[in-house]
Formats: sequence, C-alpha cells, structure tokens
Amino acid sequence: MTRLANFCGLLCIAGGLISFSACHPERGTTEEIPDVVSYDYNIRPILSDKCFKCHGPDANKRQANLRLDIPESAYAALKDDPNEHALVPGDPGKSELFRRITTTDSSEMMPEPKSNLKQLSPFEVKLVKKWIEQGAKYEKHWAFVPPKSPPVPEVDHKDWPRNTIDYFVLNKMEQKGFEPSPEADKEHLLKRLCFDLNGLPPDIDMMDRFLADKSPKAYEKIVDELMARPQYGEKMALHWLDIARYADSHGYQDDNYRSQWPWRDWVIHAYNENLSYKDFATWQLAGDLMPNHTKEQVLATGFNRNHKITEEGGVIDEEYRVTYVTDRTNTFGKAFLGVTIECAHCHDHKYDPFSQKDYYSLFSFFNSVKEPGLQSTVGGPETYAKRPLMQITNDDVKGILKFVNKVDTSRLIVSVMGDSEAYRHTYVLKRGNYDAHGDEVFPATPKAILPFSSSYPKNRLGLAEWLFNNQNPLTARVYVNQVWEEFFGRGIVKTLGDFGMQGDLPSNQQLLDWLAVDFRTHGWNIKRLVKQIVMSATYRQSAVITPDRLRDDPDNVYLSRGPRYRLPAEFIRDMVLASSGLLNKTIGGPSVNPYQPPGLWESTTSGRGQLASYRQVHGPNLYRRGMYTLIKRTSPPVELGIFDASNRDQCEVQRMRTNTPLQALEMMNDPTVLEAARVLAAKLLEEKTTSKDKIYTAFRLILCRKPIATEQAILDSYYADQLNSISREDAAKLLSVGEYPVPANLDKVRLAAMMKVVDAMYNLAEAITKT
Amino acid sequence: MDKEFLEHALNINRRKFLSRLSLGIGSIALGSLLIPDLFSGIKDDSGSDFVPGVPNFAPKAKRVIYLFQDGAPSQLESFDYKPYLRTMFGQELPASVRGTQILTGMTAGQKSFPLAGSYYDFKQYGQSKAWVSDLFPHIGGIADDICIIKTMYTEAINHDPALTFFQTGAQQGNRPSMGSWVSYGLGSENKNLPAFTVLLSKGKGNGQGVYSKLWNNGFLDSIHQGVLFSSSENPVLYLNDPEGLNRHERRKMLDKLSELNNISASEFHDPEITAKVQQYEMAYRMQTAVPEIMDVSKEPDSIVKLYGPDCLIPGTYAANCLLARKLSESGVRFVQLYHQGWDQHSNLPMEMAGQAKDVDQASAALVTDLKQRGLLDETLVIWGGEFGRTNYSQGKLEKKNYGRDHHPRCFCIWMAGGGIKPGLVYGETDDFGYNIVRNPVHVHDFHATVLNQLGIDHTKLTFKSLGRRYRLTDVAGNVVHDIIS
Repeated sequence: MTRLANFCGLLCIAGGLISFSACHPERGTTEEIPDVVSYDYNIRPILSDKCFKCHGPDANKRQANLRLDIPESAYAALKDDPNEHALVPGDPGKSELFRRITTTDSSEMMPEPKSNLKQLSPFEVKLVKKWIEQGAKYEKHWAFVPPKSPPVPEVDHKDWPRNTIDYFVLNKMEQKGFEPSPEADKEHLLKRLCFDLNGLPPDIDMMDRFLADKSPKAYEKIVDELMARPQYGEKMALHWLDIARYADSHGYQDDNYRSQWPWRDWVIHAYNENLSYKDFATWQLAGDLMPNHTKEQVLATGFNRNHKITEEGGVIDEEYRVTYVTDRTNTFGKAFLGVTIECAHCHDHKYDPFSQKDYYSLFSFFNSVKEPGLQSTVGGPETYAKRPLMQITNDDVKGILKFVNKVDTSRLIVSVMGDSEAYRHTYVLKRGNYDAHGDEVFPATPKAILPFSSSYPKNRLGLAEWLFNNQNPLTARVYVNQVWEEFFGRGIVKTLGDFGMQGDLPSNQQLLDWLAVDFRTHGWNIKRLVKQIVMSATYRQSAVITPDRLRDDPDNVYLSRGPRYRLPAEFIRDMVLASSGLLNKTIGGPSVNPYQPPGLWESTTSGRGQLASYRQVHGPNLYRRGMYTLIKRTSPPVELGIFDASNRDQCEVQRMRTNTPLQALEMMNDPTVLEAARVLAAKLLEEKTTSKDKIYTAFRLILCRKPIATEQAILDSYYADQLNSISREDAAKLLSVGEYPVPANLDKVRLAAMMKVVDAMYNLAEAITKT
Repeated sequence: MDKEFLEHALNINRRKFLSRLSLGIGSIALGSLLIPDLFSGIKDDSGSDFVPGVPNFAPKAKRVIYLFQDGAPSQLESFDYKPYLRTMFGQELPASVRGTQILTGMTAGQKSFPLAGSYYDFKQYGQSKAWVSDLFPHIGGIADDICIIKTMYTEAINHDPALTFFQTGAQQGNRPSMGSWVSYGLGSENKNLPAFTVLLSKGKGNGQGVYSKLWNNGFLDSIHQGVLFSSSENPVLYLNDPEGLNRHERRKMLDKLSELNNISASEFHDPEITAKVQQYEMAYRMQTAVPEIMDVSKEPDSIVKLYGPDCLIPGTYAANCLLARKLSESGVRFVQLYHQGWDQHSNLPMEMAGQAKDVDQASAALVTDLKQRGLLDETLVIWGGEFGRTNYSQGKLEKKNYGRDHHPRCFCIWMAGGGIKPGLVYGETDDFGYNIVRNPVHVHDFHATVLNQLGIDHTKLTFKSLGRRYRLTDVAGNVVHDIIS
C-alpha cells in the first residue's frame, strides 16, 4: 500500500507546449525551411514533443498500436484502417499523419485537443510536409551515435583562431553572419581566469605581474600558474559535489551528522593530481572491485553512498534500501550518461528508447550492496557512516590518504561501496513499488546506448568498462559538455542532464564531437581539456554585448562574445573573504559552521541528533571557503542557497542562476560581507597612503581592475560624505559586526566611513560577476 | 468576478506583449524590469501552454492560507467521531479490517493491536451537526463555516515522504511546493512582498522536523521559493540593516550603487546589471513593508481577544495566524504555516490536549476574522496534517493513556472559504475508523481541488524541465466537485 517509490510518475505528464525555438538553436530567428530537412534536427523535436507520448516507446500508453518513433511502424498499414499509412514516404497527401496535423475537424486532429498539447505551427507543418516529400527518412538520435571527429572547418577570418575550438566556433559565427568580439582587456581576462580556474579573485601582486608582462606567453604562464595551485582542485570539485549530492548530514527527518568529508577531500585531490576522467569515474563507481585496490580507490566509492540514508525508526527496511539503489541508478544516468533514465523507473520511458526492463537491468549493478534500509537511528559517532564503511586511521593520513585533512585523532569512518558475497536477484518493480516484483532481470545496459558486452564482468567494474568503451556515444560528450558549461555558462547542449529526445540539440555538434573525441583519444585528460578551453580565442573574447547581438543572440549561443555570469554562491563568499584578506586557505577537513542567522536549524529540527541546534565556529574557521560550510540537508546554508547553491538532496548537474531581492538583502546585511568590509577598511587605514589610494586599492581587490576616473570620484565623494555624516555612536555600532578584532588605534569614524565605501563596492553587480 | 477576471487577463496580455518587444533580455531580468516585483513573470521556456499569471477560468479563491498540522494529528480525537471504538476498548483490531495494510516498524512487531476509543468526548455543532471533539471547541464554533473532509488518504506512512507528498505532489524531494506552483501560476499581488511565505511554530508535543525542501521552488525560478518569515529579529533573512545605519544612509548607498552600476551597464549592455539595480530597490521596499506587516501592536483589542493573548507573542501559532491574515490581506498568494508537534505515538491524551490548545482558538479566529472582513470568500483556508493515526494503541493501552501509530488510509482535514461549501461534512469511514466507506479523497484530488478554486486547471499548470512537463498533480487527481459551492 505504501509507495515511497512513486515519485517518477510525475514525469509522464500531459500538457503544454515547448516553444520550438527553445530546443532548436540551429534555426535562429529566421524561419526558413532548410533545403534538406533533417529528421534529427527538424522533425524529431516536433514528433517527440507532440506525438511520442501516445505513439512512442512506452508500450502501455501507446494508442492505436502506432509508433511514430520508428519507421517500421510509421510506414506500416494502420491497424484501424489497413488501407491507410501514417507515413507514405514522398507523398504527404497519402500520409495519414499529415492529414491529422492539418485537419480542422476536432474529432480527428492531432495532437488531440484533450491532450493539452498545442497544434503544430504552420512552420512546423511545412517542415513535416517537406520531410515527407523528401522521403520521410529516419535517423538514429544524434546522441546515441558515437561521435566521430569531424574535419576542422574552413573559416574566412583565418587570423582569429588560436586553437581548434576556434575554427568550429568561428565557422558557426560566419554562417550566421556574426563577427567575433575583440579580446577582453587583461584585467577582465585575469579575473575570468582566476574565478574559472581557482574560484578566487586575483591578488594585487598577480594583477600587477600580469599587466606588466608584455611577453606573448604572459597569458599562458598565468593559466599554468593557476592550474598548478591546489585551489584548482577546489574549483573543479565544487561542480562534482553537486553531481554527487555530497552533504554532511544523512537527510530525512532527523537529519543527523555524517562524516563523509574525506570523500570530498579525495575529489579535490583527484582534480589536483589530474587523475584521468576514466580513473576518476571508474574508482568512484567500482574502486572496491578493482584488482589489488588501494584504500584510496575504496574511498572514492563514497560517491555512491552520498545519497540520503534514513534514521527514522519504524520505516520499512526494504522500501528504503530500494530507494538508495534507485538514487544510485538515477545519479549514474544523469551524471555520466546525461540521460533521464529515472523516467523508466515506473514505466517505459515516454520519449527515449529505455524500457522499464532496461532501468532495472541497470539498477541491478547497484543492487548487491551489503546494506540494510535502516541501519541505526540517531546516535553517536558510530552512526556517522553506515555500513559498508571504511575507517581512516592516523597512519592512513600519514601515508596513502595524505590528502585527507584529519585534524584530530578521533575515529573517522566513511560510507563506501561493498557488495555482498551473494548476488541479489533483481526484478522489475511494477510502478516502481519496492514490493511489486515483476520479471527477473540481470545486469545489462540500455541497448539504444550501447549493449553490454559479454566480455565484461557483470558488476560495477564491468559497468565502468562499458562507460569507457570507445563506442559509448555519451560518456565523453556529457563530460566535456559539463566542463564547457563551467567556463561558458551554457553547455553546447544546454540541457546538461538530458541528451535524450526531449533535451536540447547541440548548438554546435561538430564542436562537441571534436572535443569529445579529442578528450577520449588523449587519455581523458581533464587538465588538458581545461587548458584547451581557456587558451582558445573564443574564451578570451570581450564580454561586452552590442545592441545587435543582444537582439540576435541574447543567450550567446553562437559564442561571439565572452562569458559574463554571476559567480556561483560559494565563490561569492570566497571573493569577499579573499579580497578582504580574511580567507583561511586550509584545504579540506571537517565542514564548518560559519555565521548563520539564528534559529534556522532550531525551528525546523525534530530535536534529535547533534545538528538539532546550530553551533557556530569561531576564529580562523569562520573564514573558510564556501565549499566547506556544513551542509545539513533539511536546512542547507542559507547564505549559499539564496544564490542558488544545490541543496544536495539529489544529483544536480546544473544550477539555476537567478537574480532576486533576497540576494540584495544578503549582500547588504550578511555579517560576512560587513565584517569583510570592516577588516579590509582597517587594513587600508593602517597603510600610510591617501584615502584616494585606499579606495583605489580596495576597488582593485574587489572588482579586480583599476577604477575609471568617474568611479573613483563617486567613491571619493561617498567617503567624504560619510566622514561628515557618521556619528561616533553609529560608527561604534557599525564596527561591532563580526568577531574579527577591530584595531584599537584607528579612528572609529574614519574606519566606519571607509568600511561603508568598501561595503558599497561589495554590493556592485560587477563584484559578483565573472566579467 | 468575471469582469475582474477579464481585466486581469488583459493586463497580463499587455505584459506578455511588452515582453515580446524586449525579446532578448533574459527572462529574469525581464520580469524585474517590466514588473518590479518578486514575480519574475513571463518565462517563455516554460514549455507550457499555460501562460503564467492568467487563470484558466474565473477563480473562486485568490489566495490560500494553509495551516499545516505537522506530525499528523489524530482524526479520532478531532473530527472523526467513532463511539464504536469506545465500546470495543481493548479488543483486537480484526484482521479483516486491517486487510493488507503495511504497518510501520514501530508497531509491526506488536503482538496485539488493542482498539482505543477517544479519551475525549464529542459534541455536535451548528446547523451542520458536525461532530467535533471537546479538544476543539472553537473550531466546533465555526462548524457552519467549514467543510470537514473525513476521508483523506495518502500513500506514505513515514513523515518525510508523506509531508513531501502533501506539499509537492511527489514523495521524494526537489519538486516545487504547492505555494511555488501557485506563485508561478498566478504571480504576486503585492510588489513589496513575496507571493509565497512560510511561517513556523512549535507545539510542546512530540517533535517532527520540517524541511526547507517543503517550500522549495524545485525546477521553477527561485523567485517562486517560499520566503520564511520568522519570529526572530530578522523576520526575513538579512532584512535588517546593521546597527548604526539608518534608512537615509541606506538610501544614499543605493543611489551610489545605482550610479556605479549604471557605468558598467553602459559599458557591457548586460541586462542583468539593470535587473540587479531593480532587485536592490525591491529589497529596499521590503525592508519597510515587512516590518509593517509583522507589527501586530496596532491591532485592536477585539482582534487580540479573538485570536487569544498568545497572538502577541511572536512565533506562536496564534501570532502566526494573525500574521497570516495580514499577509494574505496584503496580497500574498500563499501563506504556508506549519505547527509542529502532532506525532502522538504515546501520551496521546495529554500531548494532544496541549497541541489543540495551541491551535484551536487561533484557527477558528482566522476564519472568523477573514469572514468579518469580507475576505473569506476569496481566501481558501486549509487545516490538516500529512496522514492519520491508527485506531489501535501503540504500546500499552490504558484508560487514560495510549498512543497511536501512523495511518495512511483515512484522516481528516478541513477547508473554509474560497468557494468551498460551508457546513459540510464529507465522506464516511467505517465504524472502526480504519477504512474509507464512501467518497475517498486522495492527496492528488486535494491538490486538483485547491488549484481549481484558484482558477487553475491542474492538468494545464505545467512546467517543462529536463525534457518533460511536470504537474503538481503528477498524472492523477480529480477535482472534488461535491465540496465546491
């Protein structure tokens, strides 16, 4: 009766219409019918959105026994009327499909009015007509065909490209009649690089060095320097922590603490060591099954144990155990394959060629873990990880696990993977219900992607081998696309987690395929890929938007300008701390509780466990990077959440990027920002410089460039005004924010005035924007 | 109402038209530039025929106040009167009644399932003759204004999935909350306040937490996220300016910011910069509007008397009910309250009396207050928890003390106003209070009905995310026409 596992039902809804252009970047703004109509690019998006729900892969919902997603069925005689055919290649007039999309008789029109789907637009009808005239040819969905490295295209602007990426990008621009933007100036470039490679602003020394270095290698030197820093690993790890739904609590109602952070330290380490993507993924999926595995490889498997684990007494064990396996399966699909396999959890996928049997065949790889649904209820340190678990000893952190920042000698345990000796039989679960067993299934992968070779072991290690098979069409594309999004703010496939039929088409498939094949054939080398991206002329363009381009390509699909985006939540915090000098650069270790508005944990907790009330840290731990703030799943850090950080409830491949008044309130009143402004102001006042110089320096530290004269003048006059208008009493109040000591020797009014000028800079849109 | 509906639709179409003109500005920026409020508005990539802001038909309700009783209050000590259980006191729950119901791990191991009648007596109230227990005399007093549904049922037997199901239409996380759907669907009526607000209070009863994911926006724009109004010094996160900074100085700073931001806007032409300036202005307005709303000191004595003296103590349920009325009156679309502490696995008679004392008077007062202001017709008030409780005792059964485990098969909620039939008791359960005999109402049906009252066809309110269109009601849900007037 109880069904925890019903959540996927939502995925098969009727309703609405996707605006065609949203999934069709190729078409641009002019609606011209192409000479050759492509099934993949022009027709499938229409059929998928309007027809497949009832005439697609899901056998249970199929109407009139007609499938339009495969040609055999679409060309065949109709069951209801054997004289008619849905599609007659070359002849729209004889094609029942065409008649149904053009009729005005509401009893016959398709999509049916009751489906809540909009009729096809006249343009879409024309496309379908021409496609049928040209033979109604089907193509396999692009993402399920292995990428081949395309030839590098010819371009007119031969002096622009710096590397291969640029040829593909420029070729597209030239097709659209766009010109590349000029290279950004050095200050903006440096800020962009520093945030993209380290998640931190440059310091003044680095700015001066880069500005002074006139050599042709200046840019590359900085790139290499930033990529060699340990902060590179922190930057790269953040995105992976979202994907891996990493958190510091177990989730569910009591939501007590878990000590999973050594896994997070490993991710940072792996990026810094430039572990190949193949090893990075394989260790996480199957480190425990590798021959002669090391403790590090086992630690990596914590990836698959980061999901929520219940501690609620009285749950039905099997229900939750199945939920964990489900989470792993869904995460695998989204993170590594970029497909919404989770839709086949309760029924055959409505759009993509994944049956429910495919789902549970994949599920079976993750189903033999030696774990119960409920292992223990809220308790002490022995509950901070759940079996299977590993213990990290003090010897480990002196040796093989040197990267784990273990700060004390207490027992440290981490949840990791480990299968039972006995194979657990897996069944299709009808409607996704944990206790409704259907047919038995065995480890296998969706055939539409790539069949599972019989030479692979039928376990997670075999699954990892399958993932990195040269013929796997998705693995490389999905990862390079994720990395691309980190730098350009938009994937080449915009829907990072959906490369299926309903996902967006790539804006530049040749570029994506070239990058994917290049990445795979060069040993899945992540640093190489990153360097390739930042060295390109495409990346180095100025982010200035011309009015024409704002009109013709507002989302910068064609990459004719540089990326300009609001920073991720954690890096906003990092920017504030780093520029003020407060940042504690310690890497890894247990997560910390910095300032948080009072009462948030207390007002939502069940009252049980050590996270029932918020215990703020003091001293240097107040100033750790945002990625080390403790994430309690039922009440994740608001300072970060307001800026769209993941709540780590489930695998998240793509964050939103919103702009809200709550963000404005946070920047104005968060003690972290106010304290940073005060500390930086104090530091500046201690220097023997003019107030003009102090403002100039603060501007450089926060905005990462020199102010223009007007900007300097506005801030100078603000300072002068504040000196006159702040009372001694108000100054003392303002300076009381934060725990960092206020130097006693400074004049309070001057300090408060300078603090307000610095604070204003933190509140500028540009301060929290990658430029 | 029809005229108003038409005007509203025209107004939205005008916005939509304007938005087309400015094609090219990111949707978020657009909402903020054209409509400087929290409702970011027109999102053309919603993949929906549904035009945000335009109801599908003339709405009965404009706003919702949801008084969520977190932890699941017992139906058997509140609104489902079962004298037979008293007769059967201590006897075994017949296997035929229990059927195939799965029990939670807390009672699955129990050797015996002794039936427990209500410790509290019931009385009939009003013309509707609704039976209400002695724990809720004030709610009894408004029996003719409310519709009691005795036959709600759900699919979950644990708190987290059951709460999440009620609030988001799905048992597992990261789907938009009801309030987010309504914010997305209808937008805000007040440009200084968020469309969806959340209020928390705690009873002394056994604690069940709430989770911020319950008021999450899921895949909708985060502008639709529930904004928590707390009883602490900062009613909205980071609302208060630091000490030593007055409003005049804040204004001065915003003017400087705007000057400086405009310089970079003129260099980069990035619409996000202009949008940022607008968001700061909105924040500034909220700094005035929110404290005004939170201030109950100007409420007349009659109101304080109506809600009870607790309404002057911030953070109590009574204070939150009063606040809910004020927010709703100011145009907040969806006010979500949670009162925690309703999980009576043991000590039920005593704990439930405390919980009832917290909520009885103020819940009734809210309905009465809305009615006297002429707002009840356009405000839908909902009262209820996430599931019901068993008719047998968890643990030892004594005359004066017993507990009840979770029960998904039947429980009570009530609704008032917003076009719901007043003075109606809907649905029937068996004499054991274990199974539904007539007129079951599933959680999806409940959602469909609430949206219907707001003028929204639940099958049309969709949002496309990662390739598919989502609905609050999943693939199910039927409007319960029997309870609509």
